Amino acid sequence: MSVLVVIECANGEVKKSSLEAASYGSKVASTLGTTATAVAIGDVQANALTSLGEQGITKVLLDNDSRLTNFVGAAYVKVIAAAAQQENSSVIIASNSNIGAAIGSRLAVQLGASLATNVVAYPEISGSSFKVRRGVFSGKAFSDVELTSDKKIILVKKNAVDIETSAGATANVENFSASLTDADFAAAPKETIKQSGDILLTEADLVVSGGRGLKGPENWHLIEDLAKALGAATACSKPVADVGWRPHHEHVGQTGITVSPNLYIAVGISGAIQHLAGVNSSKVIVVINKDPEAPFFKAADYGIVGDATEVVPKLIEAAKALDK
Amino acid sequence: MKFLVCISNVPDTTTKISFTPDGKDFNTAGVQFVINPYDEYALTRAIELKEALGGTVTVLNVGEADAEPNIRKALAIGADDAIRVNIKPTDAFLVSTQIAHYAKEGGYDLILMGRESIDYNGFQVHGMVGELLGIPTIAPAMKLDINGTTATVEREIEGGKEIIEAALPLVVSAQQPMTEPRIPNMRGIMTARTKPLQVVEAVGQDSKTQVQGYQLPPAKSGVKMIDAENAGDLIKLLRNEAKVL
Repeated sequence: MSVLVVIECANGEVKKSSLEAASYGSKVASTLGTTATAVAIGDVQANALTSLGEQGITKVLLDNDSRLTNFVGAAYVKVIAAAAQQENSSVIIASNSNIGAAIGSRLAVQLGASLATNVVAYPEISGSSFKVRRGVFSGKAFSDVELTSDKKIILVKKNAVDIETSAGATANVENFSASLTDADFAAAPKETIKQSGDILLTEADLVVSGGRGLKGPENWHLIEDLAKALGAATACSKPVADVGWRPHHEHVGQTGITVSPNLYIAVGISGAIQHLAGVNSSKVIVVINKDPEAPFFKAADYGIVGDATEVVPKLIEAAKALDK
Repeated sequence: MKFLVCISNVPDTTTKISFTPDGKDFNTAGVQFVINPYDEYALTRAIELKEALGGTVTVLNVGEADAEPNIRKALAIGADDAIRVNIKPTDAFLVSTQIAHYAKEGGYDLILMGRESIDYNGFQVHGMVGELLGIPTIAPAMKLDINGTTATVEREIEGGKEIIEAALPLVVSAQQPMTEPRIPNMRGIMTARTKPLQVVEAVGQDSKTQVQGYQLPPAKSGVKMIDAENAGDLIKLLRNEAKVL
């Protein structure tokens, strides 16, 4: 019995959300009286993985088959299932990302495991009972779920747990290989198109988001300038994406992306219930709106009543003055 | 070309969520139910592809009789027939096994659904269905085209997108901006009444999770207002008080 953590990498580095998953996995392992192993796939330097020891990981299995550089569901699942079998893992932890979700549901069927996605807290384990809390109703509520199978798969929501670090500890990195065949790459991507230079919205700790209160796309630079000054990602409300000011992948809300950053700054967004659903697990919410009756103020921690074109330049100036 | 579109019956997006006093169930009193918005993208795209390529669109819902108005709505939008698997959808694995069973029976070329439902947000069913059927799943898809027996799909990845070509059969889960959902017209509503809606029994009841109860998030303690003239003070508060900068 052991705990297996699935590590996602980007640009050769371990993603922050995977460090959270590693912390989570180590804590579950120690509760269960066992160790946590990680499995990493694709293009990552071994030395980026040894430092997972700081999150309590003892061993990392690395499969750096060149065909795995881009995510291919069936192939990734095969590698992780092989690792889980080798390590006799009863609990598998991954991030609640697109990749995590794609892996989780396939593995759950293969292993006959219980799967909990969008998990927001450490599990309650007592005897054979294993219970987790997950976000439901697009962030409007939580549900406590008993995982009834012997094997469990947990996808941890970003920012739900702190990254615990024990400085200097190292993990052993071992090469690992599953017997992949051409059939495992039947749905491999032909082409990958990445936006360059942007901070990933789903990974961001700080998000600046704009709505119709910006009046027009010509004022969008206010959102970008504030985000740049703070080191934040940019997002938008649904109406802004619908009219084409911004691409749909920046649309945050019930039918768009759900985010849970440490800070969410909403500029010119009134706070319809559908928008709140996508952001209300953010730790701190700032609302800037010229309408003092905007419903978003009820969900905010800090608020400013004012016109975006007057308020945001003052924020940009103050943000630039911060010593980083 | 045979399309299967799986739809969920979910609370309208404007619903204020509440639970029964014992916290064990969602409180449905006064709640309007709609077709899951992500599933509407899948449904509309399937109908568009059927119109272009020929074939049939079957709608499948795993749920109880209260879902039928929304199944009829899917027929009014342009689906040809519908199946309702008569069981309360309590768990993603339970739902997936029902879909996989009837999908196999119908021999569909393409199985479409939304990336997740806006109530339980599992993001699980499409992957489980693909695995149960032993065919690839591409999720979440922003664009879907069919050429012969090959699908070309634009899949969202964090920070970009991928173009994937894969042979049918396939499971694809939809999200924006795949297409614009359609509103049923009067003719559609009239013809939907006579389209077949078959109610079938569930095959087994195997679930892997059990909901113990629900919680609402703690209420916010109140908003601290900052004067617009001194907006820069906000940045200092975010650093020194909230400690998020």
